Amino acid sequence: MVTGKGGTGKTSVAAALALGLAAGGRRTLLVEVEGRQGIAQLFGTEPLPYEERRLAEAPGGGEVRALAVDAEEALLEYLDMFYKLGAAGRALRKLGAIDFATTIAPGLRDVLLTGKAKEATTRTSGQRRTYDAVVLDAPPTGRIGRFLNVTAETARLAKVGPIKTQSEGVSALLRSPMTAVHVVTLLEEMPVQETVDAIAELTQLGFPVGRVIINGARPPVPAGRVLSQAELKRGLVAAGLPADRDTVAGLAGEARDQQVRRELEDSLRADLMELDRPLTELPLLPGGVDRAGLETLASLLVQAD
Amino acid sequence: MPSEDAAPPLDVDQILADPGVRIVVCCGAGGVGKTTTAAALALRAAERHGRRTVVLTIDPARRLAQSLGLTELNNTPRQVKGIDIEASGGELHAMMLDMKRTFDDVVLQHTDPAKAAEIFANPFYQAMSSTFAGTQEYMAMEKLGQLHARGEWDLIVVDTPPSRSALDFLDAPARLSRFLDGRMLRLLLAPARSGGRSMFSLVTASFGMFSKVVQKVIGAQLLTDLSGFVAALDSMFGGFRQRAEQTYRILQARETAFLLVATPESDAVREAAYFAGRLRQERMPLAGLVLNRVHRPAVTSLDAAESLAAAERLAALGGHEGTVDVLRAHAALAQLAVREQDVAARFTAEFPAVPAVSVTAQPADVHDVDGLRTIGEAISQP
Repeated sequence: MVTGKGGTGKTSVAAALALGLAAGGRRTLLVEVEGRQGIAQLFGTEPLPYEERRLAEAPGGGEVRALAVDAEEALLEYLDMFYKLGAAGRALRKLGAIDFATTIAPGLRDVLLTGKAKEATTRTSGQRRTYDAVVLDAPPTGRIGRFLNVTAETARLAKVGPIKTQSEGVSALLRSPMTAVHVVTLLEEMPVQETVDAIAELTQLGFPVGRVIINGARPPVPAGRVLSQAELKRGLVAAGLPADRDTVAGLAGEARDQQVRRELEDSLRADLMELDRPLTELPLLPGGVDRAGLETLASLLVQAD
Repeated sequence: MPSEDAAPPLDVDQILADPGVRIVVCCGAGGVGKTTTAAALALRAAERHGRRTVVLTIDPARRLAQSLGLTELNNTPRQVKGIDIEASGGELHAMMLDMKRTFDDVVLQHTDPAKAAEIFANPFYQAMSSTFAGTQEYMAMEKLGQLHARGEWDLIVVDTPPSRSALDFLDAPARLSRFLDGRMLRLLLAPARSGGRSMFSLVTASFGMFSKVVQKVIGAQLLTDLSGFVAALDSMFGGFRQRAEQTYRILQARETAFLLVATPESDAVREAAYFAGRLRQERMPLAGLVLNRVHRPAVTSLDAAESLAAAERLAALGGHEGTVDVLRAHAALAQLAVREQDVAARFTAEFPAVPAVSVTAQPADVHDVDGLRTIGEAISQP
């Protein structure tokens, strides 16, 4: 499970993780649950259907497949499994009944989404599991506790029946060592605060918290190296660059801003370290997250394991 | 940022000073600085333009909330002290949306205490008022409607909920009211309501199976609770829908200005573009785009490649490590700025007529009134 505050790049991290875990001939499934089609946009493909599709080849012959889980489709699939609805299922959809059913029970939607992840995780083909790993691009930190805590949500509404059984099975898997919830953050105040809050919530609910992943990190600069404008000017001259007053002052200003930013980042990094979770830093990719960038992130994520 | 294909500049002060503008709605993807932007605009409207302003925030960062004097969900506006309003005569009030309490208030307003108590005790109401997808959006609209109806504000600045999609803010009220007085709900509950007999027997017959399936899947208990909930809310249906429609019309009026908030990143810009398209479709007044956290090198005469090459030359020479670091940092900044311009240009290409303003990234996070004032200055000075 990969969560994080909106804007921290959790979809990119989830995709990189799926790529990294597939390296060397393995097979992974990258799952999207919020209908945003973020994976398709990241990989520049057509919108993903509710169907496991080959998405990318991983270095060393591995394969990443992708799936956009749709709660309505999942419900139909689920009903069909238990009740053999057939054409009646399609009629229900036409009537808007499916939309209705997933709307009236807030937890039902999440049970269906996590249930699909469970099904893919435990599916076998022949003697071995179909997927070596399933990576879920999960809802953001603000909703992750509720999303994973399906049992509590549904138990409030459904006291008996297959939904209850289903949610208990999902809940057991999500709380088992097979699951890890990674939290993606930036070195900015709000995302760090939400990371701290989410980890407290997940821990309290009994979900295994994995890594804290700092995205877009810049290498810490050695402290105490404040450059005077005179030194900077000499350096620019030595490099054969213009060293007029505006350039020197401008560059010095940039350096000062960066220093302020860095100091803030260092203090936020220290806050994250106090969480006592494994910490992985992914560098800011100046060119944006393209395919090569994803592979860089993938190898960093796997190295960290 | 001036360039050949630049969007027309957005004049925020003109909007904030215009007495005809009574509502400013800030919307955009999560994590783009909507709340900070909303608070900064509201502060500026009060300090600079002398308007009696209220800012409705949804989920502010703790320290930002504290800087506005908001220490808890209070659901009623409180005046923000210690701001500079002597010259302008404006006022700034702030409030944080309490979703559940707003919902409770709506119920109380539309029904007698006994019935309200019955509704509050219903597990379905409890689930819905705190977790129903869209409740927060609906309640934000509800609160906006309430603030507007009281007529005591010159300007209401609204921060929208951190939805899955910014569009949820527009869609949720319709979805909720469709649900609450939906045909589906009535059909499903028809037997329970009319003692097992329904006028729509033909439709109900095809529904019987669905109802059975629903009962099996989610349990008869839920249907009973739901039935009770709907029966209790029945008298309020008209009210809900009417209010949602009223607020919707206010949002279409000339007195409203929508500001899209984004950062120069693909996801945020795409989200802003979706929203711009949607506003156009709904005929809602889009005033412009605020592009937050834009990186701008102070020195534009030195591009990334040049700066990096110089850094390498200098590193080889030795003795100028400090300058090497500065040049490398400048190269990274310049490269980032170029990429951000490319990303932002995608929006402008799609909506060339939408005015835009770029706000330079602040070195540190904003969490006090001074910081908000600085942001306000930056938004108003393209």
